[in-house]
Amino acid sequence: MDLFEYQGKLFFSRYGIPISAGEVAFTVDEAVAAAERLGCPVVVKAQVLTGGRGKAGGVKVANSVDEVRTHAGNILGLDIKGHVVGRLWIEQASDIAREYYASFTLDRSAKQHLGMLSAQGGVDIEEVAATDPDAIAKIHVDPVEGLTEARCREWVAAANLDPEAVQGAVDILVKLYEAYVDGDADLCEINPLILTTDGVVKALDAKVTVDANAVFRHPDYEEYDAIQHRDERETAAHDKGLQYVGLDGTVGIIANGAGLAMSTVDIVSQVGGTPANFLDIGGGANADVMAGALEVINNDPKVQSIFINIFGGITKGEEVANGIIAALGRVQIDAPIVIRLDGTNAELGRELLQPHLSETLQMQPTMIEAARTAVALAEGTK
Amino acid sequence: MSIFVDENTKVVYQGLTGSQGRYYGLLNREYGTQVVAGTNPKKAGEDIEGIPIFATVGDAVAATGANASCIFIPAPGVKAAVMDAAEGGVEFIVVITEGVPAHDEAFYNRLKRDFPGVQLLGPNCPGIISPGRCNIGITAGHIAKPGGPVGIVSRSGTLTYQALYELQQKGIGVTTCVGIGGDPVPGTTFIDCLERFEADPETKAIMMFGEIGGSAEEEAAAFIQAHVTKPVVSYIAGVTAPPGKKMGHAGAIISGGKGTADAKMDALRAAGVKVGLNPTEAGELMAGIVAGL
Repeated sequence: MDLFEYQGKLFFSRYGIPISAGEVAFTVDEAVAAAERLGCPVVVKAQVLTGGRGKAGGVKVANSVDEVRTHAGNILGLDIKGHVVGRLWIEQASDIAREYYASFTLDRSAKQHLGMLSAQGGVDIEEVAATDPDAIAKIHVDPVEGLTEARCREWVAAANLDPEAVQGAVDILVKLYEAYVDGDADLCEINPLILTTDGVVKALDAKVTVDANAVFRHPDYEEYDAIQHRDERETAAHDKGLQYVGLDGTVGIIANGAGLAMSTVDIVSQVGGTPANFLDIGGGANADVMAGALEVINNDPKVQSIFINIFGGITKGEEVANGIIAALGRVQIDAPIVIRLDGTNAELGRELLQPHLSETLQMQPTMIEAARTAVALAEGTK
Repeated sequence: MSIFVDENTKVVYQGLTGSQGRYYGLLNREYGTQVVAGTNPKKAGEDIEGIPIFATVGDAVAATGANASCIFIPAPGVKAAVMDAAEGGVEFIVVITEGVPAHDEAFYNRLKRDFPGVQLLGPNCPGIISPGRCNIGITAGHIAKPGGPVGIVSRSGTLTYQALYELQQKGIGVTTCVGIGGDPVPGTTFIDCLERFEADPETKAIMMFGEIGGSAEEEAAAFIQAHVTKPVVSYIAGVTAPPGKKMGHAGAIISGGKGTADAKMDALRAAGVKVGLNPTEAGELMAGIVAGL
């Protein structure tokens, strides 16, 4: 789950990482009141879960309360890559001398945490990595051993930060690692980490992603679930507890298991169609889950046909078939459906489905045949 | 032969007293797996249909000679359960539970350091089956034909079942099928399995199902090139997944053009692997190889 910048900063500050004084604002009046308390100049920053805010006009310096009013009015409601700005972070402006980059994330293949530090911050770090890889000092941290201050000091030296920034950076990196581990974060990134003209090192931005699987250790993370960027279809699926990802095509997809669902998306594309979504209904295929899945797909106006792809393992074919039949009885489906049922007792399941088949409810023996039929139906109804 | 587990494997189920653990534990026993014990500190001394329950894995090992464990308990307790199993003395630990935090998975590094002889499989995996010998986890045993010559390793559960089933339909047997799971830090990797399949005389060909995200398939490709002499067939799910979208598995996410299906397929082809564009095609490629053995 991604956090807004201000949530990330508040998270950092709980671990003692210095940030600029600031307040969150949901309205222009709140922004103005915050600026009055903080004292101008302030920076008015759009809070969105996407990059490129600055270029889109979502970050503005205001030298007076009047300017805060103007900028806040312009930025609230702004559409940045499909993310509409609903809240602002108003913070005291900083006099920046140097911009650095610091982050912790998990290196999956090394099975260790990876820290990255660069004297070239404030820009796209992937570009730095591509053009000047030596400019990024990397360290691997064993999760069991943790990170000592002494190692941080060596790391900062390797990154060639300015001498006056060294102590501040070491302090922050020790705390950042603590926040990253203690907070069950997938990513803690500060870009830029700044050195101010008066010699203070602090986090000017915060990009934090926390592990949704760790909510049981952090009940307060529930609030982040509500701000995740989802379209209408994804919200509906999320509310039903379904694994759904919205795509742009016309063939609605329901499958059991993430791998099979992904594979179904692939095969629809391979035969020339466009998948409308990825939807994994999990191991079984009972009527409740199937009905919920069909409702979500049915509400997608772009869907012209539906491909239900089920492989029965422990769940037997006849149980799957009965689940589908019951679900179809509950939901009025607009688009034609193609079913592919295979695996344990598939023949029994197919026999049960047979009497229900029609122009709008078809069955195919293989994945590829079912995909072809679903794509043809989607195109025929355009 | 088979890899990791066989007819001599004795399994203790951590969480046998829960609904999932009980259901699959008994199914596994019905299949023929030696399900020798369960654990639950509050129910030590009781039994589940004749399977004795102990307080810890150590107690179960001492009483029954268990040498493997299967964990079905909820995610918050998995980290402690894995340590209980390792300290209890089993050599093979299967974690079926999904939703284990990544930081807990990274902590299993400690296993490698303190218990170098212990192999962890999962979390978030369907388990392992050596058809006709031992089935640990949630795979439907009857869809797998015993005997070899194919070894299977896969990141995805349902695609694994699909592969087993298609091989069975074609009359092809399997030595061992390992579901390594789709989580960011799998206990057992493709390479761990490839290494063992290469050394197993009964396994003559290997099927490897991957997914977008991470670099495990690329690393496997490099390993195959250097160390695997047996033919390998592969399939990678997520060819058409848009960048940055998470698709079900924590592992199945691509970012910044890395970890794409194309990159993985190219790496595998360069290592001499035959790559199918869908599971059925991969099954057909494998049938062709088996026919020529």
